[in-house]
Amino acid sequence: MQVDLRVLRYDPERDKKPHWERYSVESEPMDRVLDVLHRVKWDHDGSLTFRRSCAHGVCGSDAMMINGRNRLACKIRVDQLGRKISVAPLPGMPVIKDLVVDMDDFFAKYRSVMPYLVNDEPPPERERLQSPEDRERYDDSTKCILCAACTSACPSFWAQSSYVGPAAIVNAHRFIFDSRDDAAHERLEILADEDGVWRCRTIFNCVDACPRGINITQAILEVSSAIVDRPS
Amino acid sequence: MTPKPTVHDYTAVIVGAGGAGLYAALELARNNIKTAVLTKLYPTRSHTGAAQGGICAALGNLEEDHPDWHMYDTVKGGDYLVDQDAAEILAREAIETVIELEHMGLPFNRTPEGKIDQRRFGGHTRNFGEGPVRRACFAADRTGHMILQTLYQQCIKHGVEFFDEYHVVDLLRDEAPGGETRGVVAYRIADGEMHVFRSSAVMFATGGFGRMFKITSNAFALTGDGVAMCYRRGVPAQDMEFYQFHPTGIVGIGILLSEAARGEGGVLRNDSGERFMEKYAPTLMDLAPRDMVSRAMYMEIREGRGIGGKDFLHLDLTHLGRKVIDEKLPDITEFARVYQGVEPITQPVPVTPTAHYAMGGIPTNTDARVVGDEKNTVVPGLYAAGECACVSVHGANRLGTNSLVDILVFGRRAGLSIAADLAGAGELPALPADAAEQVTGELERMRTRPRGENAHKIRVELSEMMMDRCGVFRTADGLKQLTLELRDLHGRFANVRVNDRGKVFNTDLLEAREVGYLLDCAEATVAGALARTESRGAHFREDYPERNDTDWLKHSLAFRAEGGPDIRYKPVTITRFEPKPRTY
Repeated sequence: MQVDLRVLRYDPERDKKPHWERYSVESEPMDRVLDVLHRVKWDHDGSLTFRRSCAHGVCGSDAMMINGRNRLACKIRVDQLGRKISVAPLPGMPVIKDLVVDMDDFFAKYRSVMPYLVNDEPPPERERLQSPEDRERYDDSTKCILCAACTSACPSFWAQSSYVGPAAIVNAHRFIFDSRDDAAHERLEILADEDGVWRCRTIFNCVDACPRGINITQAILEVSSAIVDRPS
Repeated sequence: MTPKPTVHDYTAVIVGAGGAGLYAALELARNNIKTAVLTKLYPTRSHTGAAQGGICAALGNLEEDHPDWHMYDTVKGGDYLVDQDAAEILAREAIETVIELEHMGLPFNRTPEGKIDQRRFGGHTRNFGEGPVRRACFAADRTGHMILQTLYQQCIKHGVEFFDEYHVVDLLRDEAPGGETRGVVAYRIADGEMHVFRSSAVMFATGGFGRMFKITSNAFALTGDGVAMCYRRGVPAQDMEFYQFHPTGIVGIGILLSEAARGEGGVLRNDSGERFMEKYAPTLMDLAPRDMVSRAMYMEIREGRGIGGKDFLHLDLTHLGRKVIDEKLPDITEFARVYQGVEPITQPVPVTPTAHYAMGGIPTNTDARVVGDEKNTVVPGLYAAGECACVSVHGANRLGTNSLVDILVFGRRAGLSIAADLAGAGELPALPADAAEQVTGELERMRTRPRGENAHKIRVELSEMMMDRCGVFRTADGLKQLTLELRDLHGRFANVRVNDRGKVFNTDLLEAREVGYLLDCAEATVAGALARTESRGAHFREDYPERNDTDWLKHSLAFRAEGGPDIRYKPVTITRFEPKPRTY
């Protein structure tokens, strides 16, 4: 089948502002959007630029806006979209070229929430014990691949770019609710800031965008409750 | 006249930010050594994150287990081409590295007592081959993702300095024997500027080169950069003829469905529904090593027992039940749903072998120091670990999960070796003024050439011919033909031009550069495969179907030379287990 592909393109060395380009691409229904983009790049125009690596939804490179929703190009198929497919860079983030956005601020926010286990007790000789229930408590938030689909889908982030964003909160959640971690209080202080969890308006765009199926709004609500309940 | 590159001085440089690179970086940070980690991706995009099933360590949390048994399985799984001193280290240090990862926060699945849970995996046995053992520690079926995340988190905690989206394009070293290492040249993807990282210690942790095959589980980024850069600078490539095909790839696109699916009880079936592995490996059946299972699958297909007579088979998980599938195999069953439209809870999944893992690579000793000849002479200042390296712990065929053990054990050892070698080190090496000139010229010619070959077409042709003639089955005739075809592709590649003429984020240019690396890796692979007139592990010669220990119990080393690689050999280290026939 022929797919009518529109791509929002921008080359800072040539263009003053982004513009749409159209391509008619021969595709199979089970093709990924990534396959369609590759066909354009390899057969028509090598300058079409996007990030990708694993091509099966685990590395997080190829998040972009596809038919108006943030998706991984390697995890959405042509038959899920129909013959008309439009692709644009993740919204609310500075565009470097075509579908490639600047991730520096996104990763800086991730780093700001202490996204690592803190436990200064001398470790035992063997593993620290953790019950299956305690392990399950933070399971959902371990799935995050830092693709930025959620944060760049969030209207609160569009309105206020200093908002730490759902991805960073999910990664804080992953440690706040890990029974082995001792720094929940510090992370909750960071997220109690005006650019922390309170900017979430439970719009659920993040949940719709997450390619890993993480219940992000739930995680944000759990962190918010923990901030309210924390001993002062 | 090319613009002058920006020069950075670092005590140590690590190329690649997967498990091996990150573990080494962490050790260097703990030793306060000024280190730059360069990656052409972002660290969390590295292919370690795609590893699914588990990491083996003889913790014995669920049943009796010993590092000796793990070592034996590794040696036998590798068809006795494994260096046994390395395998012993792998099996022993697997335990402490898994425990350390847990201490770093890795969210392993747990037993009811709260210990790390363990499951069965291909080729891992109790008591020297008696039956399967529960040795693979796991975090659902995203163990690699959790390892990558945990190590990256710890690197952030320890202030490791990353250069994300810096594509390393050349190794700077004095190519004379004993010559020093001087650093690397990197291309900053964001703006196309050249950067030289001056350092007397360079570690490669760049992963594999599965993209030389048409059907592969490997990410697009896996183009053999480190192996090829070393090969071009006088370092041989070891055991390149041993390339593993994983039995269960998604038909047509090669995405992996983890061996954990069979570890949890999944079985392979042919067109008549027969569990055909009973015939080929009566004891371990579906959990036999990957080379054997992949060959068995091709035999079934050749004899007309593929599904509907076609070139694929079924992976049957339907008897496992929804609970096991949802709790222990959620990701891979989702792959089947997304990429094949199959519901694994009720339907068998169509699978075919997929190019998966390079046993060969940059030769190193057990301290992750690169060795440059048949006498294992250390190349000063050069280190390698992970899939790009060949220690050799995998010999002729790697066991499932041992790739993750390898990156951790030898990634850490690389960090410790660099730290030890740098203790008391003085000034950085002198750098010639034209250090970046050669590679800058190569890239500029590709970018600005008015007419020329299309790199993508060359890559497609390469991957098809490698799949056909250097895959699971090989013959002298096919490999000779391939040698000539590769020479032709190399010739065409010298005249590549790219479509994108810009400086900003020119992935067209870098993809073309990567095709050159793949061609070099393919050249060494084919030369090794043609020379080795026996069948061992993943290298199967139809014209020489038996293993031949008298003539071939030795590692190959491919040195780059005019007119094709010069293949030399070095002995295998055998300490405890004499080669025996390999049955399962």
